[in-house]
Amino acid sequence: MLEIGLGHYLTVAAVLFAIGMAGIFLNRKNVIVILMSIELMLLAVNINFVAFSQFLGDLTGQIFAFMVLTVAAAESAVGLAILVAFFRNRGDIAVEDANLMKN
Amino acid sequence: MSIAVFAFYVFAFAAVASALMVVASKNPVHSVLFLISAFISAAGLFVLMGAEYLAMVLVVVYVGAVAVLFLFVVMMLDVDFVEMKQGFLQYLPIGGALAAIVVVELIMVVAVWAFPSDSELALAHPSPTAAQTVSNPNGPTNIEEIGLVLYTDYIHYFQIAGIILLVAMIGAIVLTFRTRDGIKKQDPAAQVARKRDEGVELVDIPTGQGLS
Repeated sequence: MLEIGLGHYLTVAAVLFAIGMAGIFLNRKNVIVILMSIELMLLAVNINFVAFSQFLGDLTGQIFAFMVLTVAAAESAVGLAILVAFFRNRGDIAVEDANLMKN
Repeated sequence: MSIAVFAFYVFAFAAVASALMVVASKNPVHSVLFLISAFISAAGLFVLMGAEYLAMVLVVVYVGAVAVLFLFVVMMLDVDFVEMKQGFLQYLPIGGALAAIVVVELIMVVAVWAFPSDSELALAHPSPTAAQTVSNPNGPTNIEEIGLVLYTDYIHYFQIAGIILLVAMIGAIVLTFRTRDGIKKQDPAAQVARKRDEGVELVDIPTGQGLS
């Protein structure tokens, strides 16, 4: 128990991922917190990648974590831009009212 | 308890507690600040694992760029965030149950997985593992190893990442760009195309009458 191994890091990542997933359910009205929850889930995935990379002695996992980081940054930038455009058109960011394509 | 073990538990609990507060806090500004705290804790975990470069990139990219972007958008949008928190308790049972199921599943995967021993790892992977890196401090550092493979073996992935960032940048600009009416700005073409007849009017004023 006093030696920190791969399982410890995987457990932390699993807990972070579950918190991020619960955040999407709990904050269904607030798109900004949903985006933050997605960032948390991607962070948990990155922790898994780096943990496996380091404990298996293979750098591919760290390179993949870079790609995840890149895509996460691009995703949050485009997501927030969509949010700003949505707010300009409607005056609020209530996702429940976003049913223009349904009606 | 060694310092590394103590540091692991500090960073792990800080990350989990910050993540909980991101989800649970009422004010989105507090959520963003706790998100920054979670990322810094995760960077600490990365340093403990030996991935120093990725830890620094995490701090620079997430704390320096993404979190500030979130903060900017939260403060720019004039929205009643308290009203948005209404459905929180309503969704708490199903959200909590799903999270509990996922975390139990993932931890069970970790628990039943047979971890390879160090000798097996040395056979399968010639490059040094974490334990060997610690025992050999004069070996190549993490950033040297990454630099050796990132620009050679993974050069195409590197360039694809650049293209993704370029597309995201253009997309974000196009999405938020708007042309507003009623703004005074210079139009060089209109200035050059201006004729003398349109700009100057000669009026012959009769004496003693003035201009009406």
